[in-house]
Amino acid sequence: MAQPLNFVLNVPETPEEHSSQEPSPYDENEVHDSFHQLIQEQSQWVAEEGLELQQREPGAGGPKTSGCGQHALPGPEDALAHSAATLRVLASMPSRTIEKRFLLVKELEGLPVAQRNHMLRGMPLGLAEKRCLREETQTPKEKQRGRQGPHGLFPCCGRLRDACVLALHNLGLGLLGGLHALRPWHYALKQIGGQFGSSVLSYFLFLKTLLAFNALLLLPLLAFIVGVQAAFPPPAPPGSVPSFTGLELLTGGGRFTHTVLYYGYYSNSTVSQPCVPPSGGGQCSREADSLPYSMPLAYLFTVGLAFFITCITLVYSMSHSFGESYRVGSTSGVHAVTVFCSWDHKVTQRRASRLQHDNIRTHLKELLAEWQRRRGSQSACGRLRRVAVRGLVWLLSLGTTLGCTVAVYAFSELMIKSPVSVEQEGALLALPVVVCLLNLGAPYLFRCLAALERHDSPVLEVYVAVCRNLILKMVILGILCYHWLGRRVGTLKDQCWENFVGQELYRLMVLDFIFVLLDTLFGELVWRLISEKQLKRREKPEFDIAGNVLELIYGQTLTWLGVLFSPLLPAIQIVKLLLIFYVKKTSLRANCQAPRRPWLASHMSTVFISLLCFPSFLGAAVFLCFAVWRVKPSSTCGPFRSLNSMYEAGKVWVRHLEEAGPRVSWLPWVHRYLVENTFPVYLVSALLLAVIYLHIQVVKGQRRVICLLKEQISNEGEDKVFLINKLHSVYERKERSRAGRTQEAERLTDDPDAW
Amino acid sequence: MGNKQTVFAHEQLEAYQDCTFFTRKEIMRLFYRYQDLAPQLVPLDYTSCPDVKVPYELIGSMPELKDNPFRQRIAQVFSEDGDGHMTLDNFLDMFSVMSEMAPRDLKAYYAFKIYDFNNDGYICAWDLEQTVTKLTRGELSTEEVSLVCEKVLDEADGDHDGRLSLEDFQNMILRAPDFLSTFHIRI
Repeated sequence: MAQPLNFVLNVPETPEEHSSQEPSPYDENEVHDSFHQLIQEQSQWVAEEGLELQQREPGAGGPKTSGCGQHALPGPEDALAHSAATLRVLASMPSRTIEKRFLLVKELEGLPVAQRNHMLRGMPLGLAEKRCLREETQTPKEKQRGRQGPHGLFPCCGRLRDACVLALHNLGLGLLGGLHALRPWHYALKQIGGQFGSSVLSYFLFLKTLLAFNALLLLPLLAFIVGVQAAFPPPAPPGSVPSFTGLELLTGGGRFTHTVLYYGYYSNSTVSQPCVPPSGGGQCSREADSLPYSMPLAYLFTVGLAFFITCITLVYSMSHSFGESYRVGSTSGVHAVTVFCSWDHKVTQRRASRLQHDNIRTHLKELLAEWQRRRGSQSACGRLRRVAVRGLVWLLSLGTTLGCTVAVYAFSELMIKSPVSVEQEGALLALPVVVCLLNLGAPYLFRCLAALERHDSPVLEVYVAVCRNLILKMVILGILCYHWLGRRVGTLKDQCWENFVGQELYRLMVLDFIFVLLDTLFGELVWRLISEKQLKRREKPEFDIAGNVLELIYGQTLTWLGVLFSPLLPAIQIVKLLLIFYVKKTSLRANCQAPRRPWLASHMSTVFISLLCFPSFLGAAVFLCFAVWRVKPSSTCGPFRSLNSMYEAGKVWVRHLEEAGPRVSWLPWVHRYLVENTFPVYLVSALLLAVIYLHIQVVKGQRRVICLLKEQISNEGEDKVFLINKLHSVYERKERSRAGRTQEAERLTDDPDAW
Repeated sequence: MGNKQTVFAHEQLEAYQDCTFFTRKEIMRLFYRYQDLAPQLVPLDYTSCPDVKVPYELIGSMPELKDNPFRQRIAQVFSEDGDGHMTLDNFLDMFSVMSEMAPRDLKAYYAFKIYDFNNDGYICAWDLEQTVTKLTRGELSTEEVSLVCEKVLDEADGDHDGRLSLEDFQNMILRAPDFLSTFHIRI
């Protein structure tokens, strides 16, 4: 029913109300007070009556007057057994949201249009009512504007400004409408949500988010680095250009080496100037003849800017997601949450719907079983055994991780010791293949190990699995980073080590994609065929959300690691993500079913974004900072070829600006006192820590307030019941005494001589 | 942009846009979905605000709703007279509240009304039993159902009066992070 509940109150025309203002939520105190008064009056009156009765009928104890003598109030256990009268009284008590319609209208009229619409949309009224309200609160000016419509764009000059505003408004709405229509994959996502539910959908939404991040990263790189260098190509290197063989797509070398794809292609001077840099300096001196576009500066600042924008966007979306999904005190109430929030209304297919029914039923049964088990005794022996098993499994997992790390390290050292000639570029694929195999195989091992231990909640199982896989991937990437920046830089002294690192990352990305395809093929398709034909089970394999999301995060980490050395890597990542979307979608529809265990989809989205921010982006940022500040760039290629570190390009420019004159002297000042000085860093860190501490205290305070309020509500409920019961008993006594008196009166009329 | 339509007057479409979470294009798309449900009943010209109600049986057969165990309650809550027969206003309202742009409080309010089967303004034990039965398609035994209802009341009933008021429900729902993503119908 679309009745406006609690929003319209028919105020009775009682004389007491005419002078006072409209009833406010605080009036409930008055109601309580008047209740109290009422009870006191009635109790007094009944006490008098009772005394009278007792005087007249001293002998007649009995049930009529026993009610007066015994003030037996129902204890708390009777609180639930309300009579119909009590319920009626409870139901008619004024609720806290008393408002009058014209108060609402007055409030709405005072607001600007956008806010008014925002308020209107959020009101729990029917649409017809909302339209009436909107009509009433519209100012005549707006009504006229609305009536003109889109065709009223050529009024007389007096209303030209209004017309312009209206045109802009329509343009904005049109753009918004266009954007909504352009929402990519709207129908595909709807199908996936309908068939598999919100949790599997969260994977695809995460993929879409990653696409957005990569597009954001790619735009400045394309605009300021790749585009410019492609328009003004540097002179060709000596020697012949190798011909294109198909292997380049995998190894990234060969024909692709001297292209915009890699760091080595970029000139270290202002563009369009084939300049031989003087020794010790960083830039060409003949700036007057060329565009004042210094490629080293552009490279450094654009990569820095792209990372900074990504960082801000990530932190913002993480905090937004956190704000949506984290609530103070949200861990209790699992039964209530299951009953009210677990039905996913997006699911639209019959089979998926049945699966949801089954899942919810199983979950409820599990919860009940868990509750009954916890009520039973928990033996210390059982607990100790569980802790021991968990410890063992963790030890084994960490041991596996260590083993994989050592394997990667040993293999990388082997690759350094046996250098690869130009013809055998295929051998360069060995290390990425080993890494990808380990990344693919170890999670299966973890899953087998996890089958040994038994967790209380399925969500905890997922978190633990995600944790272990994440540790493995990050440690392997860490070893690879050390291998590149620590060892390869030393061994590739006269060659372009940055190109090599860029190519390694390219290879890792491409092979990761191939292995994802293979995993989808074997993990999902072949497993389904085997389980259907050989094992004769009707169940399809589950879609492993956590594993797939970690794959995406890993791929994104590779992109971020490689951006400095290969500016077009985000473009390759975008293509890869698009292909993965379609492959996974097809495989999902054909081979998989929704996960059995109910998932906290929004919690998981928060976890995914946080994982993307913390180990992944932070690690890439640390790697970038290290490469920019500490490592000497190679001397034969790239935009920083004659400097001691990439950061020096910035320092050289600042020195240049100092010489340039007093007009831009604030920039060197900023550089010297804010960037190079350590004091501002400490200050900012201290401020940040103080803000974090403040927020923690605020949250603690809120938790305490919530506890106190809960207690208060509980007490008020008991008070309410107590008052109602007391009133009820008083009323009953009154009724009984009245009945007693009428009986007395009848007896007197029947037998006037009794006295 | 969308000015060529003849179904609504310009002010009507503006009003719909201001009062729901949909853009003009989406409103038109929803109108055509509504019209498709009962092409003979629903006129293609709404400028005169005709009083047309699509019966519940057709609403309940929409692909977005036909497998939803609460479809009858949803239709009843959003319909004019509580019988499930919906006008266009009700239809738009329903999908607007169930869309992803609707705020949490609004959704919580309507969720409360949906789960309040006897429309008495409180979710009592009977309402809870109905909800759990519908959720599990009657596959839980009676004592399991009553046990679950008891635990729900234990957890969510703040003032211990044996049933959930709107405030209790909102307090519990607003703490559940999943609510926004599950109480959502894509159309």
